[in-house]
Amino acid sequence: MSSEGRIASVSKLATGIPGFDLISDGGLPKHRTTLVSGTAGSAKTVFAAQFLAAGIREANESGVFVTFEEPADDLRANLRSFGWDVEAWEREGRWAFVDASPRLDQEDVTSGSYDFGGLSARIGHAIERVKASRVSLDSLGAVFSQFADAATVRRELQRMSWSLKNYEVTAVMTAERTEEYGDIARFGVEEFVADNVIVLRNVLEAEKRRRTIEILKYRGTVHQKGEYPFAVMPNSGIVVIPLSAINLEQRSTDRRISSGDTELDAMCGGGLFQDSVVLVSGATGTGKTLLATEFLGRGAQRGERSLLLAFEESRDQLFRNAAGWGLDFAALEKQGVLRVECAYPETAGPEDHLIRMKDIITSFQPTRVAVDSLSALERVSTARGFREMIVTLTSFLKQHEIAAMLTAATPSLLGGESATESHISTITDTIVLLRYVEMFGEMRRGITVLKMRGSKHDKDIREFTIDQEGMHIGRPFRNVTGILSGNPVHVVPVEIDRVDHLFQHGDRKEPR
Amino acid sequence: MSHLVLKLYVAGRSPRSQRAVSYLEALCARELAGEAELQVIDVLRHPELAEEARIFATPTLVKESPAPQRRLVGDLSETKVVLEWLAAPSGQNRTPREET
Repeated sequence: MSSEGRIASVSKLATGIPGFDLISDGGLPKHRTTLVSGTAGSAKTVFAAQFLAAGIREANESGVFVTFEEPADDLRANLRSFGWDVEAWEREGRWAFVDASPRLDQEDVTSGSYDFGGLSARIGHAIERVKASRVSLDSLGAVFSQFADAATVRRELQRMSWSLKNYEVTAVMTAERTEEYGDIARFGVEEFVADNVIVLRNVLEAEKRRRTIEILKYRGTVHQKGEYPFAVMPNSGIVVIPLSAINLEQRSTDRRISSGDTELDAMCGGGLFQDSVVLVSGATGTGKTLLATEFLGRGAQRGERSLLLAFEESRDQLFRNAAGWGLDFAALEKQGVLRVECAYPETAGPEDHLIRMKDIITSFQPTRVAVDSLSALERVSTARGFREMIVTLTSFLKQHEIAAMLTAATPSLLGGESATESHISTITDTIVLLRYVEMFGEMRRGITVLKMRGSKHDKDIREFTIDQEGMHIGRPFRNVTGILSGNPVHVVPVEIDRVDHLFQHGDRKEPR
Repeated sequence: MSHLVLKLYVAGRSPRSQRAVSYLEALCARELAGEAELQVIDVLRHPELAEEARIFATPTLVKESPAPQRRLVGDLSETKVVLEWLAAPSGQNRTPREET
């Protein structure tokens, strides 16, 4: 191993695969071969193909795809579903297949020694023909299936890996593995094929699949460590979610906007900050969807582009509810200031939902977004997946200075903390709690602003009502304690005075 | 017996390639005296022909005629195997398929 000091680190080739260039600090090691290993169904072939597709679309770089397992025709058809017109690229001389998949009539007999001269010649020919700078080989394990002599296969694959260097191409070779957290690859190919190894995983955890990508090692250069979640999106392929690689670069603004309810604005010290994330938490029926509806509807009425990402109710229900509170969603949508996107959470994993939400936000460019509810998304996530999704989403929203309202359901009707809250209460800027208050045989409702980063806010728990004009926030509950814990108790006034004196709050009731 | 057409694909003039060529020529002279048409193709000089025939390993001996097409991979050093392969009756494929 030569002295690292004098040698410049290996430069990288930006792949164009969303998120990957971020977690790899620049892409794949340039003019080198990287092994991409994964279990069946872990998206290795997609990665290998996308490497070439992104090269053609983003960097005007041609590519050669050597396929050992799937016939080229099958690949052409499969890749079309990602929006990649491979046949067109072949006609334009930007993509070349070397089809080394088993021939249907293959009944080759082997006698004596052999090498992979034919394959090498074909690969070299293809590289020169399309002037490729990217090459993908998928997959090495399939080569071992075609030839019985493993020692010969190993020797020839190694030679092929070396000879790629002569062509100054950046190459991806895929390999199989049988366990998510076991050997790097079958047949030990990682030992002789490449200095750079990436592992794709598709882990089954509590009945849910979670896809991750890990850069195990890069020889001679740096990369982010550990697993990163990714999704395979139907129209764009692999999208990596570079969670911790996001820098805390958000600017902060002190511009305020209305929450849609003037009384709530007053409780918040004058309104919400333009780039804040508000968590609205409460039991079912307490008015979370109403708050979100008012937040978006009144914003839209003022001409602010508003987006509702709904996971709890159908479009019809939402529109009907909004109409019941005096907001004509249909008209607002037609004007183009409101957009409502509904999805059933069970249709996809959290990473897919996240990417879809980001795509919608990017294309619609709202200044207000509401997600109703986060708890619905929590149902289809592992704890870690859910938290990562929230962090990534809120970070994305802040970067774009979008005011966001996220709703969460508390598990019990009277109070207590929800799992969602415990995940994200530290991430959000403002927390609004809605609670039922049982008093003298009636169910009443209370609202309080628990936290408001960067501003004074009302500390009272106020009673509110809901009617056909929406939410009306009224006076604070007096003589009642234990509302938030779910055990409201009427307290004698003398006791309150005594307790009051113990706390010297000079700024008790100060909406600005 | 119909005319035998053989194509031998080799990679350059390595010892392995030369072995295969000489073994095959000797075999043809000895066993098939004039009954076989033999062509040697160097994949390094004609990679496009290798691509057309989808040659993977070299040397590969392809029996193009009579149908069906069959292939023998290796340096042909095991004469017995080569002879058996040559003599194998046609239509031995499990999935009979028209050659496209």
